[in-house]
Amino acid sequence: MSTDTRPAVPQHRTTPATPRRGRPARRRGPRGNPVAGFGSLIWLLVVLVPLYTLVSASLMRQDEALNGDPLAIPTDPTFENYGTVLDSGFLTLIGNTAIVAVATVAIVLVLSVPVAYVAVRTRSRLSSLAFRTFLLGVAIPAQAVIVPLYLMIGEMGLYDTLWAIILPTAAFAMPVAVLVLSGTMRDVSEEMYEAMALDGASPVRMLWQLAVPLSRAGISTVAIFSALQAWNGFLFPLILTQSEEQRVLTLGLFNFMSQFGVNIPAVLAAIVLSVIPIFAVYLVARRALINGLMGVGGK
Amino acid sequence: MPHHTPVAKRHGDRKAAVGDVGRPPVAWAVPGILFFAVFAIVPLAIAVYLSFCTWDGLDSPTLTGLDNWTRLFNDSEFGQAAWLSLVLTTVSWVFQTPVALLLGVWAAGRQRGRAFLSAIFFIPLLLSTTAIAMLFHALLDPNFGVIRTIGPWLGIDPDVMGSSTGALLVVAFVGGWQFMPFHTLIYQGGARQIPEVLYQAASIDGAGMVRQFFHITLPQLRHTATTSSVLMIVGSLTYFDTVLIMTKGGPGTDTTILPYLMYRTGFQTYDLGYAAAIATALVVVATGVSLLMVRLSGFGSMRSTREGM
Repeated sequence: MSTDTRPAVPQHRTTPATPRRGRPARRRGPRGNPVAGFGSLIWLLVVLVPLYTLVSASLMRQDEALNGDPLAIPTDPTFENYGTVLDSGFLTLIGNTAIVAVATVAIVLVLSVPVAYVAVRTRSRLSSLAFRTFLLGVAIPAQAVIVPLYLMIGEMGLYDTLWAIILPTAAFAMPVAVLVLSGTMRDVSEEMYEAMALDGASPVRMLWQLAVPLSRAGISTVAIFSALQAWNGFLFPLILTQSEEQRVLTLGLFNFMSQFGVNIPAVLAAIVLSVIPIFAVYLVARRALINGLMGVGGK
Repeated sequence: MPHHTPVAKRHGDRKAAVGDVGRPPVAWAVPGILFFAVFAIVPLAIAVYLSFCTWDGLDSPTLTGLDNWTRLFNDSEFGQAAWLSLVLTTVSWVFQTPVALLLGVWAAGRQRGRAFLSAIFFIPLLLSTTAIAMLFHALLDPNFGVIRTIGPWLGIDPDVMGSSTGALLVVAFVGGWQFMPFHTLIYQGGARQIPEVLYQAASIDGAGMVRQFFHITLPQLRHTATTSSVLMIVGSLTYFDTVLIMTKGGPGTDTTILPYLMYRTGFQTYDLGYAAAIATALVVVATGVSLLMVRLSGFGSMRSTREGM
């Protein structure tokens, strides 16, 4: 499954950058490493050449792409390929995928926030057991459970519905969600809870008016990750759905590949179209996304 | 603050008393735990059970004892798939670690243009594996792809996907292309946490850049490297989409790694019991590696790392 190197276990600090801003500018450190600088330029090429070809060739006519140099700038750019893709049911795919993504995020947040809150706020054995279970859950590969899920989803009568994708996707997004959320919630100071307790606040109010607002960073990170996971997931849709009506984007792309055959520019246009929504999210939420990933390697 | 309202002491709670006012009932966590259990933990148990059954996906599974497992250990296809998985994992690690390390250390600095380049480096991580696999499938098409132009120049045969070694290396490369930003970020985070003093002291002692890198940066990043490596290993053990889309396990069975063998056995030949055995074997390895992760990189002690926040 595409998301299988799960963006694992962001540690207790989701915003490692904050205290470091004011670092002296004369910092020496690993900064000027010329080897790394050179390597990064090479890697820039490795990243950019495929991306450039993706976009430029998607604007070419088929014969131009086949006969010419794929690295050349399209002489006569055309959006025809995009039209072809949009005409072959692409909007249904986007719609289904959006439903899956939104539902996944909703389920993950509704279920993970209380788990993380309990993990942080209570000291019972059960809550620490739960926390540990989720910690290990990060490492369960989706492939390991796909056969039983196929059986279970069938028994539940959910085969070939969007729920068949949503439920497992949400479950597999939960470990990371719980870890990220408990990380941010742990930063809410005990004194604030005590102050609210003195005011006679109920646990619900403390969660709603203190923990949740102060963990907004973690919550948005979790929302974005789960959405990304749902948007890019492949294995669950492949195995657990079948009909065209329930098809999501990744599966649709996969089908385009055989449907369009040698019309590679059309395939590339489909890829570009599938990426645009993610890109929009990335531009808006870059910081949350990256902060969530950083600090995984911290000590 | 022991002078507040005394509250019923919870079992096993050392601080108890006031600390417990307004603490959420553990029951709040139950729906989340149940949900996770139903769709992730229980299936894991069922997978183990199914590995002792035959099941064609239509009738009910029938218990056949150790049949699947004896078959597994005598199956040369499984042996080959396990070997290929091992090779793929090793190649991926050898390829990704140095690049991610260099990029991460570089990105932890503050040189001009760093933020902009990092933003570009991040892009592959946004794309789905499906999209990436299809993109490279197109790029490596001997009749269309960039490989026609660039290949000879780099000394790569344009028909790289037609050769067994080539196809496996391509799968490793494409995985690296996708996940490099993730590992780079891990190393970047690690490098940022290296105390500045170490470098200052080293400079005073006259250590050059290269020595600083090998004597400070590298040793200081060893925990980071453990985390990243383990995630890399678990990740490449479970590559699936790339193989399905780019090679279909071929040429021949030369890229049929474990997850793909599992898929083929289970969902193309509908030998789901045997597929469950392969999946169980896969999860044993992955769990072994992740337990190692918990031990080596100290995630188990996450709960006690609150100081310094």
